[in-house]
Amino acid sequence: MASVVLSEAEKVYIVHGIQEDLRVDGRGCEDYRCIEVETDVVSNTSGSARVKLGHTDILVGVKAEMGTPKLENPNEGYLEFFVDCSANATPEFEGRGGEELATEIVNTLYRIFSNESTIDVKSLCINPREHCWVLYVDVLLLECGGNLFDAISIAVKAALFNTRIPKVRVLDDEEGSKEIELSDDPYDCIRLNVENVPCIITLSKIGCRHVVDATLQEEACSLASLLLSVTSRGTLTCMKKLGNGSLDPESIFEMMETGKRVGKMLHTSLQKILDKEESLGTTRQKVGFLG
Amino acid sequence: MAAIEVRLPVARKLVVQSLAQGSDKHLVAPGDTITTDTGYMRGHGTYMGDEKLVASVAGAVERVNKLICVKALKTRYNGEVGDIVVGRVTEVQQKRWKVETNARLDSVLLLSSMNLPGGELRRRSAEDELAMRDYLQEGDLISAEVQAVFSDGAVSLHTRSLKYGKLGQGVLVQVSPSLVKRQKTHFHDLPCGASVILGNNGFIWIYPTPEQKDEEAGGFVTNLEPVSLHDREVISRLRNCILALVAQKLMLYDTSIVYCYEASLPHQIKDILKPEVMQEIVLETRQRLLGLEG
Repeated sequence: MASVVLSEAEKVYIVHGIQEDLRVDGRGCEDYRCIEVETDVVSNTSGSARVKLGHTDILVGVKAEMGTPKLENPNEGYLEFFVDCSANATPEFEGRGGEELATEIVNTLYRIFSNESTIDVKSLCINPREHCWVLYVDVLLLECGGNLFDAISIAVKAALFNTRIPKVRVLDDEEGSKEIELSDDPYDCIRLNVENVPCIITLSKIGCRHVVDATLQEEACSLASLLLSVTSRGTLTCMKKLGNGSLDPESIFEMMETGKRVGKMLHTSLQKILDKEESLGTTRQKVGFLG
Repeated sequence: MAAIEVRLPVARKLVVQSLAQGSDKHLVAPGDTITTDTGYMRGHGTYMGDEKLVASVAGAVERVNKLICVKALKTRYNGEVGDIVVGRVTEVQQKRWKVETNARLDSVLLLSSMNLPGGELRRRSAEDELAMRDYLQEGDLISAEVQAVFSDGAVSLHTRSLKYGKLGQGVLVQVSPSLVKRQKTHFHDLPCGASVILGNNGFIWIYPTPEQKDEEAGGFVTNLEPVSLHDREVISRLRNCILALVAQKLMLYDTSIVYCYEASLPHQIKDILKPEVMQEIVLETRQRLLGLEG
């Protein structure tokens, strides 16, 4: 993870501030920085989203391709994740520097989406055992400004919400083999239900309190953080501890409660914006990257 | 109560040039022709190509009699003798420290240019060299003055006055060096209750005003006592105001910061960074500054 070097006095200042619920930028311990979400930014994907959280910039593209179902789940499609830590984000990602972080993020995403209630993968099946939709989710880290996991999960959820998978019909050929026919209308497509897609909330323990959405400076002061994946209903689906320090079971419990509370609010705000963007339809002015 | 705001991005609007701007700035991009007249001397940021003067950086053209140069908006810090800088120590080497000052090369702070605790003037001994790490470690912030500029552009710093030295508790804001206005003094005690050091290299240090001027310490005894909540609020507000001024590309100096602070008082500290609030505050600051000039 990208990190900044701070002097002892700066760290003491940050820790004392958090003790009094006033962070360096004036936020409280449970406030997020302003989040900007835009979907459909990459034209040659089935769905895409770009999320800017302070200085963190994430781009996610989803491509739906035809593939064969996995042997253990012949009636389901599946998702494949790939994370690219661009060297633009921070000099540490130059060459193969970003691979470790990328693997960590990919494993976390797989773990979250391995839960069967997250995405209805049965709807991605076309022909049992023969054809199914495979969703390739590509995450690109453009800028690293702290709190990567949260931003990535928001972007993945927004991109999946935006994904349009073309409707296909299976026809029986004369010889008995199946033929797949694509609908003529390019706007005839199926959408994914992202109600149960969880968002990751990272809680960093700094001093005696924990904060949500830590900046790079705050991450340098925290010894341990808890990564929680929370659904829109407030259910915790996955938990992971990061960092070298240790956490007291009492504080883990408190952090879980905060995570659930913050997670529910994040989901409502995010869904509201995605619906608003959807309702603007074609009249929406695309800002993109040069706006 | 926690607040999470998710919004749609808004395209940046072209900032309408203020009518009071007397001189029209000639803005160029790399590769733009500045002039085809060969009578001019070329300064920084330009090069001669095909009988015409071409810009090599993006910025505004400045002309002083026969000298034409292009002053870039976003650039690394170029050291000048006498500048005040705020830097972070990156390495501790034999008889010197390497300090990061947002320049192309790391700046150098020689052990002989550093003032010893108590302000004594003596020859630096071998014990001083071994105890270097006790004075400044990797990650420490210092305020210093530029003593000399080497031929390769690297800057040599000195902390020979008691007002320079290691910095204690506070907040660092990093901006582009071209946005910091050159003034007589860069150490300001603002009326709102905090102090600020406007480094010429773009590093701005905001810290709580010390109660008494302890001249003897010279910055070596770091005060790690908790800063009061009121001071913290002032510092956070100043930090957000500076970021707002930088986002709208206004020059940073004590008056502009104070006006921006006063304009931001009706808003909550964390709201200052919202785009619409930022624009409103900076517009008010700009109007007040124009009123001051006129």
